[in-house]
Amino acid sequence: MSTQAKEALDHAATPWLFLAAVATVAPHFAHQPAWLSIAVALTFAWGGWLWRQDRRLPGRWLLALLVAGGCAAILAEFHTLFGRDAGVALLVMLMALKLLELKSRRDAIVIAFLGYFLLLTHYFYSQSIFTGLWLLTALWLVTATLMRVHGGPAATARGVLRHAAVLAAQSLPFMLALYLLFPRIPGPLWGLPQDAHAGRTGLSDAMTPGSIADLALSGEIAFRVLFDGALPPPSKRYWRGPVLETFDGRTWRPYPGVTPRPRLTLLSPPIAYQTTLEGHNQRWLLALDAPSALPDDAVLSGTLTANARQPIVNRQRFSFSSVLDYRFNVDEAQPVRQRNLALPGNNPRSVDLARRWRAENPAPQALIDKALDLFAREFFYTLQPPLLGENGIDEFLFTSKRGFCEHFAAAFVVLMRSAGLPARVVTGYQGGEQNPVDGYLVVRQSDAHAWAEVWLAERGWVRVDPTAAVSPSRIETGIANALPAGEPLPALLQIRADWLVTLRYRWEAINNAWNQQVLGFDRERQRNLLARFGLPDADWRDLALILGITTAILLAASLAWALSHRPHRDPAMRLWQKALRRLARKQIHCAPWETPLALAARVNSERPELAAPLTEVVNAYLLARYSAAGNDLKTLRAAIARLP
Amino acid sequence: MPLLATLRQRLFRWQSDGTAPTRLGQRRVFILPTRAGLLFAVALVVMLIGAINYTLALGHALVFLLAGLGLNGMVHTFRNLHGLVITPGRCEPVFAGEMAHFPLRLGNERATPRLGLKLEAAPGAGATRADIAGGEMQRVNLPLPAERRGWLVLPRVRLWTRYPLGLFRAWSYLQPEMRCLVYPAPLASPLPEATPTLRGGEHGSDGGEEDFAGFRLRQPADSPRHVAWKASARNPSRPLLVKQFAGGAQVELRLDWDLTNPNLPTETRLSLLTGWVLAADALGACYALRLPGSDIPIGSGEQHRRRCLETLALAIP
Repeated sequence: MSTQAKEALDHAATPWLFLAAVATVAPHFAHQPAWLSIAVALTFAWGGWLWRQDRRLPGRWLLALLVAGGCAAILAEFHTLFGRDAGVALLVMLMALKLLELKSRRDAIVIAFLGYFLLLTHYFYSQSIFTGLWLLTALWLVTATLMRVHGGPAATARGVLRHAAVLAAQSLPFMLALYLLFPRIPGPLWGLPQDAHAGRTGLSDAMTPGSIADLALSGEIAFRVLFDGALPPPSKRYWRGPVLETFDGRTWRPYPGVTPRPRLTLLSPPIAYQTTLEGHNQRWLLALDAPSALPDDAVLSGTLTANARQPIVNRQRFSFSSVLDYRFNVDEAQPVRQRNLALPGNNPRSVDLARRWRAENPAPQALIDKALDLFAREFFYTLQPPLLGENGIDEFLFTSKRGFCEHFAAAFVVLMRSAGLPARVVTGYQGGEQNPVDGYLVVRQSDAHAWAEVWLAERGWVRVDPTAAVSPSRIETGIANALPAGEPLPALLQIRADWLVTLRYRWEAINNAWNQQVLGFDRERQRNLLARFGLPDADWRDLALILGITTAILLAASLAWALSHRPHRDPAMRLWQKALRRLARKQIHCAPWETPLALAARVNSERPELAAPLTEVVNAYLLARYSAAGNDLKTLRAAIARLP
Repeated sequence: MPLLATLRQRLFRWQSDGTAPTRLGQRRVFILPTRAGLLFAVALVVMLIGAINYTLALGHALVFLLAGLGLNGMVHTFRNLHGLVITPGRCEPVFAGEMAHFPLRLGNERATPRLGLKLEAAPGAGATRADIAGGEMQRVNLPLPAERRGWLVLPRVRLWTRYPLGLFRAWSYLQPEMRCLVYPAPLASPLPEATPTLRGGEHGSDGGEEDFAGFRLRQPADSPRHVAWKASARNPSRPLLVKQFAGGAQVELRLDWDLTNPNLPTETRLSLLTGWVLAADALGACYALRLPGSDIPIGSGEQHRRRCLETLALAIP
């Protein structure tokens, strides 16, 4: 099997390779450093110009220099050549530079394989339906390019694109079988680079004035919930995230030490639901307040936050049960109560105010009502509060009087602590919007919220939401209705037209189905699927067997298609073949070089008894096939029927 | 290597396909992955590991789609050869040292084209490319260096393709019964002296072409050998003139094996005789050829020349 070491590439194949390169590289321009995108675009332009002018391609030394320069620039930008972003940048650069080295068929194959590989890297950034569709298109183009390279100049663009589409369509059943049956291995297999899941939005474990307001500007979905029973009312939909107990005058943080296990008394029947959480790179799971049953791989913190053991980096499903009425830590440990009374000394006026209230009426409920009453009377709820200085709480309470939920929660907790009530900030999400199409409750980043929790003797920790006092509609109907017009809310939430809302619901339901059914197909779903087909306890060996059989069947079907031989599409020709088969039964074989007339002449001398009917068939056939007048197949068919 | 060659010979047992059209059935098409195909497989494994590591659901889908593409690519490569109809043609004789061309007609009975087919008559002989549109037939000439006189039998022909994806190479061996007659390489040397023979009936000439009778205007059917170049050159504005003969040879040559130097090797002597035949034919002379064991009576013209050259090609002195 000798192979030609270097097969030259024909000139007209080059645009295909450029097309493949652009299709696979271009989507990366959206998140790459600008200099890289510009350099790559310039390289494409240079390569294209060299091709059009039919100039010599740059020599090996210049290319080596360019590769070295590119690597150095990437190293300077990312401080590494490995890892996700740097690796992708490296691949993109290599793809661009390879276009300057298009000489042989082997170079073209390298381009195509690099293209296939680059397709995978797009999924680091997005796995949406659109990405899937675009990449399917790119895959089609790269495959067509490979075909053009191997088919040579005789391969027409149309023919190649058609053939590539056929090939891709025939490969879809294989993909489906493998996707459903390939044993799923839960990743990661080894430690991921630092930047593996960079750039995720979501709650953080520190709260400063403005941090939640920033989140509220994002219409991104934080998680979706499907309740087994009825949906709880909006005012009860508090999704508990990190609890912030230490305050340094500006920033609220969780208590870093260990808190004893929480003790929860259930006062209402638990409600079960499934949460599909988007990857947010944090451990908290945002259960409905308060969680009573957790999934296996989650733990409950001392502050009643459900946490995973590992940060959630990918979309994941969790099953919870929660109770809406509960008593939480009625007997709270002394050190916990103590640390929830601590205050830095930078808000003296607030402390004074709370002490005065306490002197008037020390009953805890009265203090709470006093604070909420103050907020309700004089304060405004806005996404654009004025900036606060060193004594943030004092400024907010006495000067600006405008704020978002984190301002109210923080100020309330400071007032309560000053009045001697243990209090803390709870962050999470509040509300959510049910999609009527698929019944999922969708909770967005714009639903991010902060509220307060106060510890009362006999009742334990009690939730108090000061935002509800300022803006009751925030809790009841969501942020879009609570804010005055002109606030910079995400465009998605400002849509009021009914048909647009319906359209959005449908689109999000499709996305959810895609996430749940396609992207969320994991080991468990695989097991459920097999159970439905009567294989409840399939392990990887069973899977391999089923997969092998399925693939073999699919391959056999492909082969059957390849072997199927439809000799002639011309109906007259087909009928003539039929006549020949009949003659073969009479021991008359038509040689490959024998024309119908020659055959008739031979039969006339060898087997005179068959001559008359055969002559009739031959005449009818010649007329049907070659005469300009009428394509009379009926006569031919009748003549063949008269053959003995 | 000899062991491998033997094994290959056994494995791809060949037998003559005869002279009739041959259709490539599934038993005759072999297929193996190419180096690019192996690289593709390795790349898929790497991509799968990446997809698992980063838990990319669509990454899994992409890898699986590419795997399906590879498998189907194999079927398509196979299909590119399967069902191809090969019809051997007729070879024109050549002189030793030239390239012999073996014409084959490749018929595609399918509606879709078959692209990127390559044929090679012998390793190193150079591959001939063929692309056949749907329902078409294409003629390819397989070049093969003709080194020695005699029959040049077309060796086993390898027909292979990597279309569509280059991940697999499908190949088949063809053994059509084709041979090309190779004349000895002509050696130019002065013709032997003409033996003036009496014009008579002994050699059966009908006397139609031997005596020069004058000139006439050339007609398209006339051989260029009969053009009177000198006479025509005298007046370039006129059409070409042709010598006309009116029977009776003026030159008769006897090209005899014994006229060549007996000290020379046999092949060289045959080459000298071949050169004489060509020279005599170019002159339009009548000549006879005598070799040990065969004797061709005097004659001239295309048929005669061919007969003489054939005798020289196959002579066993």
